[in-house]
Amino acid sequence: MNLTLKIWRQPDTSAPGAMHTYQVEGISPDMSFLEMLDTLNEQLNEKGEEPVAFDSDCREGICGMCGMMINGQAHGPEVTTTCQLHMRSFKDGDTITVEPWRADAFPVVKDLVVDRGAFDRIIQSGGFISANTGSAPEANSVPAPRDKAMRAFNVATCIGCGACVAACPNGSASLFVGAKITHLGELPQGQPERDSRVVGMVGQHDHEGFGGCTNIGECTAACPKEIPLDVISQLNKDLRTAMKHGH
Amino acid sequence: MAVSGLVFLGYLVLHMYGNLKVFAGHDSFNEYAHHLRVFGEPMLPENGLLWIVRVLLIVALVTHVYAAVVLTARARNARTSKYVVKKNLASSLSSRTMRWGGLTILVFAIWHLLHFTVGKVNPNPDGTGTADPYNLLVESFELWWMSIIYLLAMFALGMHLHHGTWSAMQTLGLTGTARARARAKTAGWVVAIVIAGGFALVPLSVLTGIVSK
Amino acid sequence: MAFLDGTTQVTKPPVQVSDDARGYYTLGEPLVDPVAPTGPIKDRWTNRKFENRLVNPANRRKMSIIIVGTGLAGGAAAATLGEAGYHVKSFCYQDSPRRAHSIAAQGGINAAKNYKEDGDSTHRLFYDTVKGGDYRARESNVYRLAEVSANIIDQCVAQGVPFAREYGGLLDNRSFGGVQVSRTFYARGQTGQQLLIGAYQAMERQVAAGTVEQFTRHEMLELVLVDGKARGIVARDLVTGKVETHLADAVVLASGGYGNVFFLSTNAMGSNVTATWRAHRKGAYMANPCYTQIHPTCIPVSGDHQSKLTLMSESLRNDGRIWVPKKVEDCDKDPRDIPEEDRDYYLERIYPAFGNLVPRDIASRAAKYMCDEGRGVGPAVKEVDKDGNEVMVRRGVYLDFADAIGRLGEDAVREKYDNLFDMYERITGENPYQVPMRIYPAVHYVMGGLWVDYHLQSNIPGLFVAGEANFSDHGANRLGASALMQGLADGYFVLPNTIRDYLADAPFEKIDDSHPEVQAARQDVEGRIAKFLSINGTRSADSYHKALGNIMWEYCGMERTEAGLRKAIDMIRELKADFWTNLKVLGTADSLNQSLEKAGRVADFIELGELMCIDALNRRESCGGHFRAESQTEDGEALRQDEEFAYVAAWEWGGEGGQPVLHKEDLIYTAIEMKQRSYK
Ligand SMILES: Cc1cc2nc3c(=O)[nH]c(=O)nc-3n(C[C@H](O)[C@H](O)[C@H](O)COP(=O)(O)OP(=O)(O)OC[C@H]3O[C@@H](n4cnc5c(N)ncnc54)[C@H](O)[C@@H]3O)c2cc1C
Ligand code: HEM
Ligand code: SF4
Ligand code: FES
Repeated sequence: MNLTLKIWRQPDTSAPGAMHTYQVEGISPDMSFLEMLDTLNEQLNEKGEEPVAFDSDCREGICGMCGMMINGQAHGPEVTTTCQLHMRSFKDGDTITVEPWRADAFPVVKDLVVDRGAFDRIIQSGGFISANTGSAPEANSVPAPRDKAMRAFNVATCIGCGACVAACPNGSASLFVGAKITHLGELPQGQPERDSRVVGMVGQHDHEGFGGCTNIGECTAACPKEIPLDVISQLNKDLRTAMKHGH
Repeated sequence: MAVSGLVFLGYLVLHMYGNLKVFAGHDSFNEYAHHLRVFGEPMLPENGLLWIVRVLLIVALVTHVYAAVVLTARARNARTSKYVVKKNLASSLSSRTMRWGGLTILVFAIWHLLHFTVGKVNPNPDGTGTADPYNLLVESFELWWMSIIYLLAMFALGMHLHHGTWSAMQTLGLTGTARARARAKTAGWVVAIVIAGGFALVPLSVLTGIVSK
Repeated sequence: MAFLDGTTQVTKPPVQVSDDARGYYTLGEPLVDPVAPTGPIKDRWTNRKFENRLVNPANRRKMSIIIVGTGLAGGAAAATLGEAGYHVKSFCYQDSPRRAHSIAAQGGINAAKNYKEDGDSTHRLFYDTVKGGDYRARESNVYRLAEVSANIIDQCVAQGVPFAREYGGLLDNRSFGGVQVSRTFYARGQTGQQLLIGAYQAMERQVAAGTVEQFTRHEMLELVLVDGKARGIVARDLVTGKVETHLADAVVLASGGYGNVFFLSTNAMGSNVTATWRAHRKGAYMANPCYTQIHPTCIPVSGDHQSKLTLMSESLRNDGRIWVPKKVEDCDKDPRDIPEEDRDYYLERIYPAFGNLVPRDIASRAAKYMCDEGRGVGPAVKEVDKDGNEVMVRRGVYLDFADAIGRLGEDAVREKYDNLFDMYERITGENPYQVPMRIYPAVHYVMGGLWVDYHLQSNIPGLFVAGEANFSDHGANRLGASALMQGLADGYFVLPNTIRDYLADAPFEKIDDSHPEVQAARQDVEGRIAKFLSINGTRSADSYHKALGNIMWEYCGMERTEAGLRKAIDMIRELKADFWTNLKVLGTADSLNQSLEKAGRVADFIELGELMCIDALNRRESCGGHFRAESQTEDGEALRQDEEFAYVAAWEWGGEGGQPVLHKEDLIYTAIEMKQRSYK
């Protein structure tokens, strides 16, 4: 198929960017979206024009490195990551608009590449269980109820891609934070630090300049791992409990 | 935000109950309006209850508007460069119009106070004005444009409450499971329809002549 | 028969008679592990932990360690060494440590917990791993791995890794990779992800505590040696393009595997050999580079646009039947129209005892043979054949669930394989409940890597290597669910206990950026970058990578022959010459430039590819993942040559244009007896 691509090009964080239009031909429906961009880049390289920068690594939907706004949808029209989106989701002759995640807490590094370091800093401010290597008790000495362990797993599948932020009209990262709060809060090992964790993470979230959540729900619709909105409810509940405990 | 919103909501329920008294007739409605003012006397001065409610509402309003302004400002700063194309997938229209909807309600509320409480806006300068609330109400809503203003405001209110109710439950951490989430969504609809619908009944009834002087 | 007393020597040092790689290498001194432990195998690690010197906690903060890589090995090491109080500098090329390719592991992690009371033990895990590695791993290392495996699970659970649990709330296990005990811990199909997030969070906690400094989007491009010791790295900040030097008292490489030398593999796009290859060029030995694991159940290539391959869990072979059409002319038909009598269930035919469940390497090779015969299915893709002609070949075999669906019902099959079937459908657009799946083998893991001693230290003092980047524990073939185990064992438990013995002599002489050796290393890197940008030819780095991949896959893939390998070496040398004269990299050095990154990686892959072929050429035996057509049994099975090749081939860089130098480390088993495997 033949496509028209409108892609955001921006040389670096401080330089202004603009949309550029490209034509690609002979795209196979079996290609992934990123392979289609590879094809474009190979063409650009031949013409002497600098290829479009975009992030990807595992290309199997698990590392969370890829991510772009495709026709106004984070990761494009399917519930999956950009790297797992295939061209058969488009039609011959389509015009596709491609933009980077837009959030001031995720500054554009170049073209479609953004800096998601804010997510690391949120984890640093409490998204862990303190257990020094070697100090762990025998694994089966603390049973964890199966349903709670399952809920913990389901939300621990978050890949930290940032689509939730990109899709949220408020630019909030509450789904990402809520997923981590819920993951660690559902496990017996996560209890001792439960209060300080939520306070620390929410504080850092706000400090990074993410917006506040107004429960609109665009995040969960964009999330490739289908993290449910109830993690935000859990986040609020845990925050209230922590405040009651005097945090 | 959730708490102040719920304070409004509680007030609206009472207010609506009062408004629906129009269906009980001229005297019953006026008596209720009067009763509101003298409630609690002599323990409370005249208009005592009304003032307590007013203070509460003002505090809620300040909180609510303050929170709304902060949230709006944060959202604005969180994304200073906009998307060229952005689709909405899951969000309801009501969730996306909370800010404008809230503002509409605020403007309306001012208008509404001028109209009924202060009596500055009076469709019938020869009438009894605020001294006879029932007549004031019927005279007002007999004017089609006045009814339209109210009906539009109630639509805005319904929208605001549709998302607001769900959102408040989510904020209060009451939506921990998929079931609870579905329940909260339903609650949003119910509250929106009952409250906005309840208020809208009055002007509609006047317009259609079910209620008259 | 196992010998627990640790005294009985079962194997004699090998004597090599064949010399296929003559002319391509020079023979160096034999190699011995200078810190190899002795005594009863079960006490070796305990004793060594005691013998290794300690570092006073007050001094640790003054000692710095560079760790390249944030996968299971690097992430776990950074967290643990940070907790101990050392000053750690951690590097990864992704935008966050959490994205290291360990994240992609699906199946699970082994540990000798014996929770199922099914006869598992440290010794059995040790035995299975050595046997699985076709007796080409060092026994002391493997025993230690089995020994610390149980601690890994404890550690991960304490960090909040949500492993699968039983109804009673205790941990669940499954059996994996053809072993007879259930010792694999798992978190649905995302075990690697959950383990990595655990290590990442532990590391981020240390970042907050100030012991670990994190450098993301930084690529190591050179090792800094001062007075023969590893003292730092040169890294490029991938965002600003700045070339930086980072100095320390010790350097750990945990940079993962180099499977991408084949261009198409299940590795991440950025997986590279640069970190280890640069160290190799500075003198570190590269051990057994030709040992590659090829996984039979991957989604086939759909066209020459393909950028990487996706693994489908091996568990599918439990219920799916593998076949190809008997007649070449049936290959483009709808498989559902091919009658039963025209189908060749070749694994069931050739291996009646194990059928579709034969080990990975056997299943992989059989699929290749079917497609070579022209009986492959799916889209035909362009290939270059042995005579250099372009041909169209179908590379795929059917994995058919029709029988299972008939027997168990669609719902039962759905319950077991739902997510895999979905993934397949997303990638291929075909519904595997209706049309048989198509699968083909793909490169998945490399057992080879930098040579290390029992302390995980390379032959360069102060250079430690952990995880898939080293060669140590899996011999010629890795068992399922044991790479995760090894990465975490190295990072959490082994390295912190061995590096302290080295650091007991630190801090070393103070050096700074102005030191001539540091300056030289940095100038080398800058020179290389400038060179890439100035060649100004016509071909992209990606096109060279593809060409290299084709050569490697054709001649150094599932089946290797003397003639093929020689040819491959010539082709790679030609490719290398062309690369350095005809490469085209646009953009600048001082900004994010993904083409430039790619060029550097491809340059190193080309050199590695040549060494892999030489190693494969030298090893005229079939063992584990390495199949030399010249060494097979009468019925076509792999045949080891223990007399000649029971050694680790450790290659020393021979200089630009020079020949690599082969050092042999003999493998001596005292606690286990060598056997040939059979699956007929
Ligand atoms: C699809 C797939 C499935 C698998 N499934 C299983 C399984 O079920 N069970 C199992 O046991 N094993 C499995 N494996 C194997 C296992 O996942 C890997 O061997 C293991 O995770 C490697 O870990 P590592 O820490 O050594 O390296 P990696 O996780 O690959 O990390 C490498 C790190 O090094 C960094 N790096 C690399 N080069 C540079 C450089 N030049 N400069 C700076 N940083 C650099 C990267 O940024 C990254 O942080 C699987 C592998 C794949 C590909
Ligand atoms: C009768 C009047 C009102 C009622 C009953 C009401 C009710 C609510 C409720 C229940 C919420 C949800 C709270 C939460 O998510 O935590 C809410 C949110 C909000 N309200 Fe109101 N409100 C009223 C008036 C107003 C006014 C006058 C404004 C205008 C300034 C306003 C602006 C907002 C905004 C901006 C939000 C933010 C949440 C979002 O965007 O989803 N509201 N309201
Ligand atoms: S919650 Fe979903 S959308 Fe947000 S970072 Fe995690 S996986 Fe991505
Ligand atoms: S590239 Fe890893 S999730 Fe897309």
